Amino acid sequence: MACFLVPAAEAVITTIAARVMKSREKEEVVRVTLPDGSIEEATKLPFSARLGWLNKMLWGGSALLAFEHVWHGEVVPFFPFLTAVESGETAGILAEMGSAGVMMAALVTAVWVGMLVVSSVVEKRALRASKPTGEGAWV
Amino acid sequence: MTLLTTVFAAIICTIIWYRGAPKSEMKVGTLCWMYWGASLMWLIDAIFEYSEHGAEFFAPAPAEMLNDFYLGLSVVALGLIIWLVILLVKDPKGVVKAALFRKI
Repeated sequence: MACFLVPAAEAVITTIAARVMKSREKEEVVRVTLPDGSIEEATKLPFSARLGWLNKMLWGGSALLAFEHVWHGEVVPFFPFLTAVESGETAGILAEMGSAGVMMAALVTAVWVGMLVVSSVVEKRALRASKPTGEGAWV
Repeated sequence: MTLLTTVFAAIICTIIWYRGAPKSEMKVGTLCWMYWGASLMWLIDAIFEYSEHGAEFFAPAPAEMLNDFYLGLSVVALGLIIWLVILLVKDPKGVVKAALFRKI
């Protein structure tokens, strides 16, 4: 009915949060070992860019789901836009948003959190591999 | 069927993205995120349908399956159109800009 509205609402919030964070972040330069063994200076991926992963998943998923709802005649291009509202099933819409909608937003966010954890582990490993020991070690 | 079609689209896009990484001149990553996001959302839809219909969920009528596949292909096409618009607007290779301006 309108489950895609919940992840879309989350997308609005995370997009604003990413914009605010981007304007406040500073670049962190690190040294990493490339697969060919050479060492290069690189900037760490900022959190706002990582939040961008979530934004893209939420916006993209909501857009494609909205299309599915148009396909099934649940969303129409004229007011009140939802056929269920027209037929007086507002309670049904809210119930679906509270169950499927919330679950959708929660699953996408949980997957993103999982990706943050994995990327952080990969990052730490790469930095550890680049750190030489003994004289002249990087601070 | 819609879920399956989108998951396959997401997997193919991820493979294409990985082959081209770390350069992202074609912005394939955006397409990946879009399809993965939709796949996760449809997975929830599928779980809810399964909890409602049980094993019957795995045995859809042929006409229903065909319509779902048709929807899946349309969703993939819409995703590609959105990606194409983003690619042309952001123009990471400067192709559109080069087409609009000529050197004197």
